[in-house]
Amino acid sequence: MLAALATGSAGAGEIPPAEIPPSEIPPAERRSSFDGMSPDIQAMQRDADANPGLLWLQDGADLWSTAPAPDRPACAGCHGEAATAMRGVAARYPTWDEATAAPIDLQGRINACRRRHQGAEPYAYESRELLGLTAYVAAQSAGLPITTPADARLGSARSAGRALFTRRMGQLGLSCAACHDGNHGRRLGAALIPQGHPTGYPLYRLEWQGLGSVQRRLRNCMTGMRAEPFAYGAPEFVALERYLMDRAAPLPMETPAVRP
Amino acid sequence: MIGRPGWVWIGGLLLASAAVAGEGALRPVTIVGREIPEPLTTAPGDPERGRTLVVDRTRGLCLLCHAGPFPEERFPGNLGPDLSGVGDRLSPGALRLRLVDGRALNPDTIMPSYYRLQETVRIGAAWRDRPVLEAQAIEDIVAFLITLRDTPSERPVP
Ligand code: HEC
Ligand code: HEC
Repeated sequence: MLAALATGSAGAGEIPPAEIPPSEIPPAERRSSFDGMSPDIQAMQRDADANPGLLWLQDGADLWSTAPAPDRPACAGCHGEAATAMRGVAARYPTWDEATAAPIDLQGRINACRRRHQGAEPYAYESRELLGLTAYVAAQSAGLPITTPADARLGSARSAGRALFTRRMGQLGLSCAACHDGNHGRRLGAALIPQGHPTGYPLYRLEWQGLGSVQRRLRNCMTGMRAEPFAYGAPEFVALERYLMDRAAPLPMETPAVRP
Repeated sequence: MIGRPGWVWIGGLLLASAAVAGEGALRPVTIVGREIPEPLTTAPGDPERGRTLVVDRTRGLCLLCHAGPFPEERFPGNLGPDLSGVGDRLSPGALRLRLVDGRALNPDTIMPSYYRLQETVRIGAAWRDRPVLEAQAIEDIVAFLITLRDTPSERPVP
């Protein structure tokens, strides 16, 4: 491809590795996108009567205590009260799944429980059921700081996620780091570029008119880079999520957040 | 953000994806110093078409990152410098290189290389094997940018 560019004295033929150097944000300077939102959207997130995500939470609460079949346990049948059993769980995901010997994110864990313990089909990504249950579980961590599990088995997911974050992708040759490490606080057209922390997922986005998962958000960012988004549930997304959570700690969880 | 143009970047790019046909292999360009002195096309650039491309957030994409003397265009981005007066600062050849492959000037720049087949990964299916803009579009934009002079008529007097 480069041969098409006959280069002159500038020596532009030796294009360095297609990476934009990362400048990681120190923990004390990490900020949620919440801080950059207009007061009306902040109020919508804070106010229990106005937050549209609560509709999905209600679905999730119902599913938590409903048996999938008469002879199969509900989530509550194994775990009991979500408020105690699920407190802090989302703040430390993705974690390691012993059964598959691979990293697993919260949505993956919920579907694994359905398959392994409830004898049921996994829910489709972005289905009302999976979003509702994930939001319900994640909301039990609201206000708790994101923690980074010190599990050596997650090391390769962490470094794969970081590599994906800093690598140039797509026709425009942008990287996640180009915007979220290097240019947060600036504007991309009308949009304020946030630091890109996944503190509030699943969250309600006004532009979506609905709840969406962090993977939906990442697919949007990749499409904007004119890159081919990873498929829902792809190991690359789980690795990216692990890196994003490391990068976001110790910000508090905000599920269900509201974003423009 | 309610009531404002949202992230035009995302939706717009999808819409634009089917619009332009790829032109296949790129024309060779020669970099001399920090410029590409020779035009990419024989037909001269058209500044009016260039302006249209520059303000089009789904084709030129420039306003996602740059402000400029475009009073009718609201909410430009600020990832790059203001384009007002850029025709005074840079020659046509320097503008051409900046557009064709700004990474030849600054390897870490986030400004896309508009006329270079990317060696990056995971290029979306609709965008593979073609530059961000065609050769004639590059010439049109150069012809427009060179008209941006830092004259009082273009900059509001403080
Ligand atoms: C050219 C700029 C750009 C690139 C490249 C980019 N993003 Fe984003 N990203 C944004 C903007 C702008 C928003 C906020 C969208 C809005 O609110 O309108 C955002 C939002 C996000 C959020 C949501 C934050 C929240 O509070 O909900 C996450 C997470 C994120 N990006 C991660 C990524 C990852 C991972 C990549 C690479 C695969 C990436 N981004 C690539 C501009 C970018
Ligand atoms: C994703 C962001 C981005 C986009 C899109 C973009 N630019 Fe840039 N541009 C930059 C940045 C950042 C710089 C600063 C120089 C550098 O990074 O090396 C720059 C520099 C420039 C310069 C040099 C300005 C000077 O005063 O030296 C010109 C001219 C320019 N851009 C024109 C354009 C035009 C025309 C378009 C659209 C066809 C465009 N840019 C699209 C980010 C962008």
